[in-house]
Amino acid sequence: MKLYLKIWRQKNASTKGQMVDYTLNGVESDMSFLEMLDILNEELISKGEEPVEFDHDCREGICGTCSLMINGRPHGPDSMITVCQLHMRSFNDGDEIVIEPWRAKAFPVIKDLIVDRTAFDRIQQAGGYISVNTSGRPVDANAIPIEKDMADKSFNAATCIGCGACVAACKNASAMLFTSAKVSQFALLPQGQVEAAERVENMVRQMDLEGFGNCTNTGACEIECPKGISLENIARMNREYLFASVKG
Amino acid sequence: MGVLDSREPQGPLANKWTNHKNEIDLVNPANKRNIDIIIVGTGLAGGSAAATLAELGYNVKTFCYQDSPRRAHSIAAQGGVNAAKNYQGDGDSVYRLFYDTVKGGDYRSRESNVYRLAEVSTNIIDQCVAQGVPFAREYGGLLDNRSFGGVLVSRTFYAKGQTGQQLLLGAYAAMNRQIQRGKIKSYTRHEMLDLVLVDGKARGIIARDLVSGEIERHSAHAVVLATGGYGNLFFLSTYCMGANVMAAWKAHKKGAFFANPCFTQIHPTCIPVSGDHQSKLTLMSESLRNDGRIWVPKRLEDAQAIREGKLKPTQLGEEERDYYLERRYPAFGNLVPRDVASRAAKERCDAGFGVNKTGEAVYLDFSAAIMRYGREKALTSGMKDVDDNTIRELGEKIVEAKYGNLFQMYEKIVDENPYKTPMMIYPAVHYTMGGLWVDYNLQTTIPGCYAAGEANFSDHGANRLGASALMQGLADGYFVLPYTIGDYLSDDIRTGPIPTDSPEFDAAEKNVTDRLQKLMSGTGIHSVDYYHKKLGKIMWNKCGMSRNAKELKEAIKEIAELRKDFWENVKIPGRPDSKNQELEKAGRVADFLELGELFAKDALERNESCGGHFREEYQTPEGEALRDDENFKFVSAWEYMGEPNDAKLHKEDLVYENIKVKTRSYK
Repeated sequence: MKLYLKIWRQKNASTKGQMVDYTLNGVESDMSFLEMLDILNEELISKGEEPVEFDHDCREGICGTCSLMINGRPHGPDSMITVCQLHMRSFNDGDEIVIEPWRAKAFPVIKDLIVDRTAFDRIQQAGGYISVNTSGRPVDANAIPIEKDMADKSFNAATCIGCGACVAACKNASAMLFTSAKVSQFALLPQGQVEAAERVENMVRQMDLEGFGNCTNTGACEIECPKGISLENIARMNREYLFASVKG
Repeated sequence: MGVLDSREPQGPLANKWTNHKNEIDLVNPANKRNIDIIIVGTGLAGGSAAATLAELGYNVKTFCYQDSPRRAHSIAAQGGVNAAKNYQGDGDSVYRLFYDTVKGGDYRSRESNVYRLAEVSTNIIDQCVAQGVPFAREYGGLLDNRSFGGVLVSRTFYAKGQTGQQLLLGAYAAMNRQIQRGKIKSYTRHEMLDLVLVDGKARGIIARDLVSGEIERHSAHAVVLATGGYGNLFFLSTYCMGANVMAAWKAHKKGAFFANPCFTQIHPTCIPVSGDHQSKLTLMSESLRNDGRIWVPKRLEDAQAIREGKLKPTQLGEEERDYYLERRYPAFGNLVPRDVASRAAKERCDAGFGVNKTGEAVYLDFSAAIMRYGREKALTSGMKDVDDNTIRELGEKIVEAKYGNLFQMYEKIVDENPYKTPMMIYPAVHYTMGGLWVDYNLQTTIPGCYAAGEANFSDHGANRLGASALMQGLADGYFVLPYTIGDYLSDDIRTGPIPTDSPEFDAAEKNVTDRLQKLMSGTGIHSVDYYHKKLGKIMWNKCGMSRNAKELKEAIKEIAELRKDFWENVKIPGRPDSKNQELEKAGRVADFLELGELFAKDALERNESCGGHFREEYQTPEGEALRDDENFKFVSAWEYMGEPNDAKLHKEDLVYENIKVKTRSYK
């Protein structure tokens, strides 16, 4: 198939970017979206032009590196997948495809379609852990039975891949879904109770410092999340936060 | 062979690690604050080592090429992590895990290292649960287990099909705690381009900031390489796109021996190649072989009709299918180790029984498991006189709960529903058992340079068992390196900070910038990927699942020619002093073009078949691997001498005192 691509090109963080048009032939339906971009880049290199830079690594939907806004939707038109799992069979011959980076104040563009998501790391550093020593001798793993339902819910929250689609989808560029996923993972486990109040306060404080917007409950994040992280996590984080404030 | 001292502790096997810990030198907490450690790679091994060393008090600097430590490719490991907990009461023990691992590795790994691995495996699970890793649990609230290939017990702990993700996020969280305390400085989007030696000791690295293109000097008292394996040598593999051998190869060129490069794991259950445009292959976890049955049609004409789209697999009855693993290996059936399962798939496809259009695929079928689970569910729910459709629906739900994310991945890639029609799978490059040679302390042949996780060669011999990579990565990082590195660093308590303005750093930096300039000066028309794909084809065709002397010799010649062409002609747009993904790729492929040749040489010199290394000249009449213990019971450790082909072989003889070396049989 033949595609008409409009791609955001930006040299670096300090220069202005713009949309550039490319026409691409010979795209097959069983290619992945990123393989389609590989072909475009091979063409550009052969013409002596600089290829389009985009973030990607595992290409199997788990590392959370790929981050493209495709026709206005994070990770493209399909649901519950990342860009690297999107295949060209979701498009038709002659389609125009608009490809942009994540847009958020807290995610500045580094080059072309690549953004800086270190704000996410700093939110995790503020409290996304249980303070046990790794070289210590903790109790036997089976000494703390955990209700299967709670363990499963904790796991579901823990499957967040930190891609940032939730922020990109949100009109306020809020990072509530991302932050609440980690808060929930630990809030649902007995191991996480000890530092629960401190954790939620520190992580929310950092989230605000990074310049992410407020949550207005539109639910766009949940719809675009490639891992199906539930809005329930945001509700849980709000409860945790309230308890923590009351506790002082 | 004076240089290859494995420094195994004396005494009985079961006491070696404890005795060693009691005898090695320690660094007191106040002195640890004056010692710097560089860790390259932040996957399970690097991340866990960084967290633990920082917690002990050392100043740690971590480097990763990804934009966050959380994205290292450990994250993609699906199935599980082994530990000799014996929670299932099925007869597991430290000895049995040790035995299975040595046998699984076809008697080409070091006894003492493997025993230590089995010994600390139980700590890993305790540790991870304390950290809040949400492992799968049973209804009683205790941890669940499943089985993996090559063993007869259930010792694999898991978190659905995302075990690697959960363990890595655990290590990442532990790192974050130390970053917050200021004990780890994390450098992301940075790549190590050279190792710096001062007075023969590893004292730092030259790194490139991948965003600015700036070349940086970083010094430390010791350098840990936890940079994973080199499977991307084959271009197509289940590795992430950025996985590379750069750090390990640079260390090799500075004096670290490279061990068993030809020991590569080709995983039997991956989604088959669909066309030339393909950039990577996707694994379908080995855990699927708990419930999936592997087969091809019995009759050639049926296979042909399937390939031509005239027949569907579901139309073939039980008696028309060849469950070849169950037929050939009745004791282990579908759960034979990976090397055995891969070769068996290749054998059937080479014989014309392949089931996709390229003829390189076999079926992995869940229908029997779906019906079995469905019937069980109907019974436990008190349902009576249930029809097959309802049973199937009930069963599909159970299978979804176990492997849902894998089935979804498959469906997205292949566009077929694996609940209704069998999956198609074929072997793909997945892991490398070879790597930097290390002693019992995980130190390479360069003093102060350590290698952990997949980057070293130590524990898996010629074939790794499923769910053992996660175990080894975390064992090395959480429980081994933090002890052993102290023994070396205890001599450095008075050294003080290592300056970066020394002639050694000057020379290393110049070496790096010259090389980048040289890469940028190619005058031809072909991109980096063009060369990488060509290298991959040579590797897969001539150094892949089966090898022979003639083709290995051809491979050595072809790779050397390709390397020459690459250096003269590769075309890299852009500039070296800014973000440049093509330049990043070029540096990695340049190393693969050297390692590939050493790989083929190693395979050529090893005149036997063992584990994943199958030489066509050495097989039993039934087509099984034929080991030669008399002549090849050793580790091949290669010393760099200029060109890859000039590498000098050193041997570490393998001594088995606690295990009887015998023919590996899964029949």
